[in-house]
Amino acid sequence: MATVIDGEPEIKTFMPDEAAFKRGLAGRKTRGLVWQIFFIASIVIALLALAALFLNVVNSSFGLVASTFEIDPDEVVEGGDLQAASAEQLAAAIVRIRPNPSKVLVRDNLSSVPTNEFTTRPLSDVLSGHTIPPGIESKTINELTPEELGAVLAANLSTDTMLTYVSADIVGEDVLETYPLFDSLFNRGAIEAEVIEEFGGEAENVEVYFRSWLRPSFIVTKQSSDPIATGISTALLGTLWIVTITVLIAFPIGVGAAIYLEEYSVSKNPWAERFARVIETNIRNLAGVPSIIYGLLGLAIFVRALSAITSGAFLGLDGNGRTILSASLTMALLVLPVIIINAQEAIRAVPSSIREASYGLGATRWQTIWKQVIPAAMPGILTGTILGMSRAIGETAPLVVIGASTAIFTDPNGPFSSFTALPIQIYQWTARPQPEFRAVAAAAIIVLLVLLLLLNATAIFLRQYFRRQLQG
Amino acid sequence: MTQNGAYAFELKNVNIYYGSKLAVNDVNITIPNQKITAFIGPSGCGKSTVLRSLNRMNDLIASARLEGEVHFGGQSLYEQNVDPVEVRRRIGMVFQKPNPFPKSIYDNIAYGPRLLGVRSKSVLDDIVESCLKDSYLWDEVKGDLKKSGLALSGGQQQRLCIARTIAVEPEVILMDEPCSALDPIATQAIEELMRDLVKQFTIVIVTHNMQQAQRVSDFTAFYSIRKEEIAGGKENRWGILAEYAPTGRLFSNPASEETERYIRGEFG
Repeated sequence: MATVIDGEPEIKTFMPDEAAFKRGLAGRKTRGLVWQIFFIASIVIALLALAALFLNVVNSSFGLVASTFEIDPDEVVEGGDLQAASAEQLAAAIVRIRPNPSKVLVRDNLSSVPTNEFTTRPLSDVLSGHTIPPGIESKTINELTPEELGAVLAANLSTDTMLTYVSADIVGEDVLETYPLFDSLFNRGAIEAEVIEEFGGEAENVEVYFRSWLRPSFIVTKQSSDPIATGISTALLGTLWIVTITVLIAFPIGVGAAIYLEEYSVSKNPWAERFARVIETNIRNLAGVPSIIYGLLGLAIFVRALSAITSGAFLGLDGNGRTILSASLTMALLVLPVIIINAQEAIRAVPSSIREASYGLGATRWQTIWKQVIPAAMPGILTGTILGMSRAIGETAPLVVIGASTAIFTDPNGPFSSFTALPIQIYQWTARPQPEFRAVAAAAIIVLLVLLLLLNATAIFLRQYFRRQLQG
Repeated sequence: MTQNGAYAFELKNVNIYYGSKLAVNDVNITIPNQKITAFIGPSGCGKSTVLRSLNRMNDLIASARLEGEVHFGGQSLYEQNVDPVEVRRRIGMVFQKPNPFPKSIYDNIAYGPRLLGVRSKSVLDDIVESCLKDSYLWDEVKGDLKKSGLALSGGQQQRLCIARTIAVEPEVILMDEPCSALDPIATQAIEELMRDLVKQFTIVIVTHNMQQAQRVSDFTAFYSIRKEEIAGGKENRWGILAEYAPTGRLFSNPASEETERYIRGEFG
């Protein structure tokens, strides 16, 4: 591009001169900065949303409550602290406050004789198989002194059983008002004043105390219509059963389908290849189908058409097809596309040099897949499974359609049990008119989030384990 | 499929296609036993394609197709009843980029024998030790066979790949530019190793490096490109075997002017 004019070489250039370059550079950097701010803002918004969710839930799960009691819980046992009371203290309190119902407690929990003989037979018969305190074997239940009756209770019933009885039947707590956590922390005085004004305070046997709605007994207790006594064991077990069976079904089928599509469908026959691509496109579309549609599909196929299998009738069990198995099969259909797509990506990312090396040593296709491709793809496959599992835990709509009941008072004990699940239970509690159930629902949400974290952590741990195996 | 006679491979009128596109046209070559035969030529001349046809590695590419005959020790490799798995077990391959499995050094070498059903720990131990010694790697790694193959240097990885290949006791080792990703010192180690291995194995090597072909090989095949104008201003290109001779003669006294220009570095 050099032309010579009057002996002076003039270099013709297409690039901007120094000043234009500087201006242009400033412009380029500004545009970069604007985008960077946008990206930071995105992450900040996401974090704020997460924090708002978390605070909202925590705000509702803990806080002050104003309750009335039939008997002041501080007066039930010596020292006042019910939660710390020993078995002997609780038994003595039950016998002292409820002399006759305490005998019913023995009859319902310990007696091994017919009801009409309960008061006439000696304790050696009535309590056979249980611990009998010495010296009272020949007495009947009505001849016992209160101390002896208390000893029978303390020797045979667990502290938890007695505590539940004391809380529900003796203390008789009734929550009048609940307050959110932040109010409780910063406005305790105002709340207490309001309680005295509205409900009369101590004079009317109304007490204000700090209550954590999330407590161990909440997790292990079955549900109840009393917000103080209700628990989520049924929903928690239902969710665990569903997720476990869903993964057991969807993982092998999903990975198998991905292996076929990636490793076997490639053939010399262009039609087979085209067929596989059509299937693949459809799987990707299925991943976007609304979950309620899967619920309707599950209702038609698993609950109705296959009810002989899903109800367990083929094993001689009673009941209908609205079981954990139906729910798991439906959830498996729902998460299959997610697992297949992610497993496909993971298998495709395995370098072809690994496959060639394996084939070059005389490995068959199956040996190559089993010993090289699957181990190398395992971290990615597990990522897809984590996503699928999280979805299965949170999905509600298909379970509603399939017929998860909310009023179930027995824990599920197998694939053929009727069930409820955490998100359904939470929804049902938030829909109740009593405000206490909102606190209960918030506590259940915390349980759901913790469960989600635990399951994901397990899967992530497994993924890291396989990744370390690969890196050596 | 046993080896007999002086020739390991005999290719007759071999054409290789990718889909409908001709990649290599009418290759006729005989590759001798227990010698190193080098394939050289410019990029796109089909030398790797021919190499990969020798152990049916091209079968893994769905669109690849071969016409003509490829004989190995008198047996045609592309007959219906020949299983490519057996072919590859007898004709091993070392690739351009070192590709150890993401496993320990021990498991990399034991992989092949295990595929064939060797289970005994003591036999596997012996195989691993002797293959590592044969590939000059033993002294460098003997203390830590549990270490991942990926943790080795590039040259060590390539020697591990050679050790892995000879662990299944093949008759032939095909090498597809085995040194192109390595530095000169690692390259020298591999070349020395090849001179040693050829006492037991037939070796066919594809290389871009003419000095390497001169240093290590006994025979050299020069592949070149032919073009043909087609409609629309495009052109078809395919590879041919241009010249094949003992290495000394090909480099000192090439028969064609094209070969001479290539080995002088005038094109390619």
